[in-house]
Order: sequence, then structure tokens, then C-alpha cells
Amino acid sequence: MSDLGLPAAVETLRRVREDPHRLGHRGHGPDSPVEGAGHGATGPARKRIVVGYGFWIFLLSDIVMFACFFAAFAVLRGATAGGPTPRDVVELPRVGLETAALLLSSYTCGLSFAATNARSLLWTQVFLLVTGLLGLAFVGLELQEFISLAARGITPQRSAFLTGFFGLVGLHGLHVTVAGMWLATMMAQVQVKGFRREIVHRLICFNLFWHALDIVWIGIFTIVYLMGVTP
Amino acid sequence: MFGKLSWSAIPLDQPIPLITSVVLILTILGVLGLVTAKGWWPYLWREWITSVDHKRIGIMYCLLGSVMLIRGFADAIMMRSQQALAINAPGYLPPEHYNQIFSAHGTIMIFFAAMPLVIGLMNFVTPLQLGVRDVAFPTLNSVSFWLTASGALLVNVSLFIGEFARTGWLPYPPLSEATYSPGVGVDYYLWAVQISGVGTLMTGINFVTTVLKMRCPGMTYLRMPMFCWTVLAASLLIVAVFPILTATLAMLSLDRYFGFHYFTNTAGGNPMMFVNLIWAWGHPEVYILVLPAFGIFSEIFSTFSGKPLFGYRSMVAATLFICIVAMMVWLHHFFTMGAGAAVNTAFGISTSIIAVGTGVKIYNWIFTMYGGRVRFSVPMLWSLGFIFTFVIGGMTGVLLAVPPADFLVHNSMFLVAHFHNVIVGGVVFGLFAGIDYWFPKAFGFRLHEGWGKAAFWFALVGFWVTFAPLYILGLQGMTRRLQHVNIEEWRPLLDLSLVGVGILIVGAVCQVVMLVVSILRRDELRDVTGDPWDGRSLEWATPSPAPFFNFAVMPNVQGEEAYWDIKLRAVESQQLSPEPRYEPIEMPVNSPVGFYTAFFATVTGFALIWQIWWLAGLGLAAAFAGFVVFAWRDVHEFHVPAEEVARVDRARRSAREALLERLGQQGAAT
Ligand code: HEM
Ligand SMILES: [Cu+2]
Repeated sequence: MSDLGLPAAVETLRRVREDPHRLGHRGHGPDSPVEGAGHGATGPARKRIVVGYGFWIFLLSDIVMFACFFAAFAVLRGATAGGPTPRDVVELPRVGLETAALLLSSYTCGLSFAATNARSLLWTQVFLLVTGLLGLAFVGLELQEFISLAARGITPQRSAFLTGFFGLVGLHGLHVTVAGMWLATMMAQVQVKGFRREIVHRLICFNLFWHALDIVWIGIFTIVYLMGVTP
Repeated sequence: MFGKLSWSAIPLDQPIPLITSVVLILTILGVLGLVTAKGWWPYLWREWITSVDHKRIGIMYCLLGSVMLIRGFADAIMMRSQQALAINAPGYLPPEHYNQIFSAHGTIMIFFAAMPLVIGLMNFVTPLQLGVRDVAFPTLNSVSFWLTASGALLVNVSLFIGEFARTGWLPYPPLSEATYSPGVGVDYYLWAVQISGVGTLMTGINFVTTVLKMRCPGMTYLRMPMFCWTVLAASLLIVAVFPILTATLAMLSLDRYFGFHYFTNTAGGNPMMFVNLIWAWGHPEVYILVLPAFGIFSEIFSTFSGKPLFGYRSMVAATLFICIVAMMVWLHHFFTMGAGAAVNTAFGISTSIIAVGTGVKIYNWIFTMYGGRVRFSVPMLWSLGFIFTFVIGGMTGVLLAVPPADFLVHNSMFLVAHFHNVIVGGVVFGLFAGIDYWFPKAFGFRLHEGWGKAAFWFALVGFWVTFAPLYILGLQGMTRRLQHVNIEEWRPLLDLSLVGVGILIVGAVCQVVMLVVSILRRDELRDVTGDPWDGRSLEWATPSPAPFFNFAVMPNVQGEEAYWDIKLRAVESQQLSPEPRYEPIEMPVNSPVGFYTAFFATVTGFALIWQIWWLAGLGLAAAFAGFVVFAWRDVHEFHVPAEEVARVDRARRSAREALLERLGQQGAAT
């Protein structure tokens, strides 16, 4: 326990101090009802748990929406109408770079929250900024991909397969863009208002959102791109 | 500059929509003028428009739903009279107008009448029954409501500016694609449903979180009133399937606006994919409507029989069973797609299995009445009418679930009769029952009993006279959505159905009269005890109307029927529990964010419908700016001082003491 300076360790210590019962980390049910977690007969949950819980539910619904676009892509994948096939569309090097940027951004996003837990304004902002820049790089690369495809006449209007492709990938890109706008707003809020209770709650939600988009991207990377080049 | 919008969008040459919209606009202007003249705006703004109180929001939802119910009913009257008049004759509605009417009727009834009423009751009742002061996200709740209102507004604007979809309440492609529906009708549908759908999704999230994380101390899952369970199940369904609706309509919009090929019949698009996706939402949607209605009936049967709900645990299990199986039956809406015998059989079986869960519930309700002291008040009448009507609707549903039989009557009047049988008999009867039941809690006085009973009997008889003929017509081969009919033999039944509509109109008039009479005689009908029906769940522990903070002190539930236990203890010991120590209460502050969001949603939606791109961009930018501004607020809660809480609660306690005394005297007399 000599590495007290690390945010994760600070966070652990703080949790133990403020939250000796490890809220939300114990089983449900009558044997271990936890005050403030909304379990069993203990009464309403604390605000932090309610907010996080509600946001999880929202994320699930968002993932259902992605599932529809995945399903549509799968149904329409073979309907190339004599036009380009998945092989013609995929450019693995660029997609690899996109993936790297996004995965890295998830890591920095996690670091930013560790800094939030340690109540370090500077590091929170630094890591949020890095996260945002990596997200911007991702969106930029994707835009570049779309433009170069369009230059070769590969547009969603060409065939149902391309409709499914641009729809799914574009929806994810739109999500990352909106998340980026949210991130910018959060940075301004943290700067002006500091770590107020509701600001921290919003940072929790933002983190969840960013990681969820990462997970969706793994699905897209695998199903659209990797499976697009494997025969 | 104004996209596709021009003066020709106003239907100056069509008398019916023109007159309707002029009357509507005059009515709206009249109401606005009255509000202005009386100086009610500050009050409305403070107490209602910006309110984040779940009870206020619930009441506004119900108001919206009731108005839209009347609008949808007007469409229905026009359709039935057109069919009766258009037997070997043109009738009075040209096809392109008739098609808009049946599309608007279905859309309005499902999205803007039934859903707001169901969600309104969910809003009003759930926190009270759970013993808490509000839902999990009060401000989000207000946003949900205003988005729903925004969608309803757009649908009604289509009456006056432009046109509505002619594609039915589910816009099947390729008909709904830009090639075959080039006008703005489908776009009105898309954006109205999309905007209100987002509101509904947020309601679902809100209520899942509320039920799972916001129960008062002692309220374990298996102590929750049945209504809360059905709210949970319906909300889970909303969260699971409304994103499918959003995605599907977004895909159709991409097709229409940007020439994508999701559902086109060219370039490899797949129209049947739309049908699959939309029913993957659509079937669960009917259960989103009917499950809360089941919850309402459960409360009513047990209250008016003076008994706990029979088989409470089996009822919970049946609810969750229906919740899950509802997502596994969607293909029964298009057995004729040609998926093959194996697929059709699987879905036929899963569909019939749902009826098992429903059957469990029906028996439980009947056994709840068995051996009880049944009081035939208005809510109970609706519930009894429901059992009779719904059982028959369920049985015709099971008939339709048999693929070979469905091939014969698919898309016929038999189908129309089936789903009205379950939706009117189940959902609408449930809503009327629920409104009658909880009205005193909302406004402090009961609804007039005589007029309520009259409304029930006219509705029940009118329903059967309207829809029983449609079953027969369907079996005789009449398909749905006919603008004219050229088979003379169908005339008697179509006329009979029109008579039924006449009876339903009388029923609707009775409802309005009931409301007016009740308001005029509110002093006689006043509920001073807060417990007008001898209720069993926590909402009856509050005074009527309930104070904005619901409970002065959060209840501590000790048994399965929270309030019934408290009441028994009090009657037994002939005294209330000792006065608690009152503490200040923290309540969320009002917020205009819902109204603001909906305003810009309406503007953006309208701009997108008419392809006024700059306005759409402006609307989105304003929405984002609003988001930032509202996120900047610092004050989220205000304190109700302990003295105020004490004052309200002491009034409640003295009313309860009077009630207790009366009960004690009655007990001594027997
Ligand atoms: C007892 C269980 C039920 C069964 C077995 C059942 C079965 C069916 C089947 C097989 C169809 C499709 C028929 C066709 O298109 O040819 C259908 C249509 C429909 N059902 Fe049910 N149903 C049941 C309960 C309900 C309930 C509770 C509701 C609503 C609250 C409902 C609302 C509808 C609607 C709205 C349609 C048709 C919509 C349209 O095509 O526009 N059903 N039902
Ligand atoms: Cu169905």
C-alpha cells in the first residue's frame, strides 16, 4: 500500500472511508440489504445510485437501437444490387487506426474519472481533453473514409448493402459526435463549478456513455469490417 | 426559403378538414383568450406548465389523452358513417381523404390517446403507491410529457397545413416510400411519432428506475401493489422495444429523405424487414397498453370486494411471463409473409401461450370477488364489463393465432373486431375505471355515480352493437379499410354497426355530463377522509387531493397491503399511530426545460416535415443551447419547512380521527 499517489488507490481508500458497506457491490436479497442502495426493504436509493441506474437503463435502450441497425446490416449484407461488395468497402489500415484511437480514448476516459475521484481538477481536465481529441481523431478518420468512398461512387444510395453499412457506421459516428459535444460541455462545467455533487453524477454518466460507444464499436469493427474481409 | 411549404398546403378546396380546423383554431383561440382575459397565465405557468410534480404531470397526460380520444372518436364516427353510406354509392369522403382518416384514427388512438392516458395514470399513482415523494427523475418526466404533447400537436397541425399519411397507422413500405407517397403525410407521421416516442422511452427509463430504486422503507418487491408490478413490466417493455420503433422509423426517414434503400423495392431493399421490425415493437406495444390496465383492474377488484387480491404471487408471475412472451410473438401479424410452416407454427404456439398468462389473471380476478363483499360502484362495473368483453377478445385472438385460420381472416373486419375487442374492452375500459377510481385522489371529490353508470352501460352495449357485426362481416369476407362497398348483403350489418356508434356517442356524452355535473356538485361529492373507497394501498393514506409532497413522513411498510394494515391497527386500537416528528422536506424545483424542449422539438419537426432546412438547423442549435443553459442551473431542490409539513399532516390526522370514530361507532352498532 505504498502507491498512495495513484488515483485508483486514492479512490479505494476513499471508498472504504466513505462507504464502508461497499454499496452496490454486495448481493441483493434479504440477507444483505444495504442502506441507500434501494435494495429490499431499505427505502429509496441515494441520488448517485438512482442517477447511475437510470443511465444504465438508457444505455440498454440505446444498445437495442444499435441492435436494430446491426440486424438490418446483417439482412441487407448480401443485397449488393450488382454494386460494391463488403470487400470493396473495407480499408483495414484506416479502420485499425480508428479503433486504436477509440480504445485509447476509453482508457483516458477511465483515467479522467480516477482523477475525478481523487478530486484533481487539473488531471480530470487533461484526461477529458485527451479523450475528446482522440474522439475527434476517430470522427475525422471516419469522415475521411466516407468521403473517399463517396469519391469512388460508393454511397448509401447505390445498394441496400451500402445503406446498411453507412446507416450502422454513421449512427455510431453520430453518437460519438454528440458525446463529444457533451464532453465539451462537461469540461466547461467542471471548470466553472468544480466537483459539485450533480456534476460528478454527470461525469459518471458521461463515462458510462463513452465506454458503451466503445463496446458498440468493437461490434462494428468485428461484424462490419473484419467479417467484411474474411471470405 | 420555406421548403415544400406554400399556400396550396392549406386545404381551401376541401370543406371537411377546412371547417374542422377552423372550428378547432377558434376553440383554441377562445381558450387562450379566456386564459389571458382572466389573467391565469402566471398560475398556469407556475403550477402546471413548469411543474415537475408527478401528480400534475399525470393529470396533464390524462387531459391530453382525453382530448385526443375525442378527436380519434370523431374520425371513427366518420369512418363508420362513410361505410354505411357508401354501399354501391360514393359516400361523402373521397378515397384520399378516407385513407387519411383511418391512418390518423389509428395513430391518434394508440400514440396520443391510449398511451398518454396509460402513462398519465402511471404517473399519478405509482409514487403514491410506493410511498415516495416523486419519480426518480422529475424534470425528465416533464420533458417526456411535453414531447408527447409536441407529437400530438404535429398530428393535428397536419389537418390544417398539408395532409396526413394515407398508409395506415403502421406505414408499410413500399407504399410509404417517397416514390409512392411523395407528399408530406408520411413525414408528419414519422416526426410526430418519433418525437413522442422519445418522450415515451424516457418515461420507461424513469419508471423502471422509480419502481426498482425508489420504494419507501419496508416496501419489498412482493409487497408492492399489483399496479406497480404492471407499471414495472410495461416500463421494461418500453425500454426494450421503443428503441426499435425509433430505429425503424429512422430507417424509413433515411429512405424517404436521402434515397437510402432499407425498405425500397429497388436496389436490394427489403420491405418485409420493416414489417418485422415494426411488429417487434408493435406487439409488445399492445401489452404496454394493456398491462397497466390489468394492474388497475387488480386494484379495483380487490378494493371493491373487500379482499386481498387472490393469488398475488401468481399474478406477479403472470405479469412477468406476459412481459417476456410478448416479445416472442410478433410474426403472428404477418403469417401470410410466407415464412413457412415451421416458423408459422412456432409463432402460432407462442401466441396461444400468452393467453395462458392472461387466463391466470382472469381466474385470479374472479376468485378475488368470490366470497367477498362486492360493491358495484362505477369502477367495479367497468371491471366486470372488462372481464366479459376481454375474454371474448382474447378468444378471437387465439383463433387468429392459428395460421391456417388467420390466412382466411387476416386483414379482414374480423381482425378489426378482434383488436378493438381487446383494446376497447381491455385498455379503454381500464382507463375509465382507473380515472373514476383515482379521480377523488386527484381533485378531492368523487365523480357522479349515476352518470358514471349510464356512461358504462351505453359504452358496453354500444361497443358490442358496433363490433359484433364486424366479426360477422369479416367472416363473410369484408376486408379492412374499404372506402366503399359494393356488396348489398352487407348493408344490414353495416347499418347496425352505425347504430352502435350512435349508442357509443350517447355514452361519450354521458361521460362529459358526468364531469360537468361532478364539478358543479363537488361539495356534495367531496371526499373528506382521503379514503373514499375503503382502499388498501398507500395512496389512500394521503388526504384528497394529495399534497404536493405526498407524504409528510415517509411510510414504513410492515405487511403485504401497506395501508390496509395501518388501517386495521388503527381501528383495533381505536387510535392513530402517535404523531411523528416533522422534518423539513426537500422537493425538486419547477423547471421550464420540458416546455422549452418541446417547443423546439415542434419547430424542428415541422421544419423537417416541410424540408425547411435552415429552420431545422436553428431548432437543433437552440435545443443544444437550451441544454447547456439548463445544465448550468445550480438550485435543484427547495425545502418545505417542518411547520408547513406539520400543518398539512395535522389536518389529515384530524380527518382520519373523525373517520376512525365513525368506524368505531359502526363497529359498536353491529
Ligand atoms: C389473448 C391474447 C391475444 C392473442 C392470441 C392475439 C392474437 C392476435 C393475432 C394473431 C393478430 C393478427 C391477426 C392478423 O393480422 O391477421 C392480432 C392482431 C392485433 N391484436 Fe391481438 N391478440 C391477443 C391480445 C391482444 C391484446 C391484449 C391487444 C391490445 C391490447 C391486441 C391488439 C391487437 C392489435 C392492435 C392487432 C392488429 C393491428 C393491425 O393489424 O393493425 N391483441 N392479435
Ligand atoms: Cu400481436
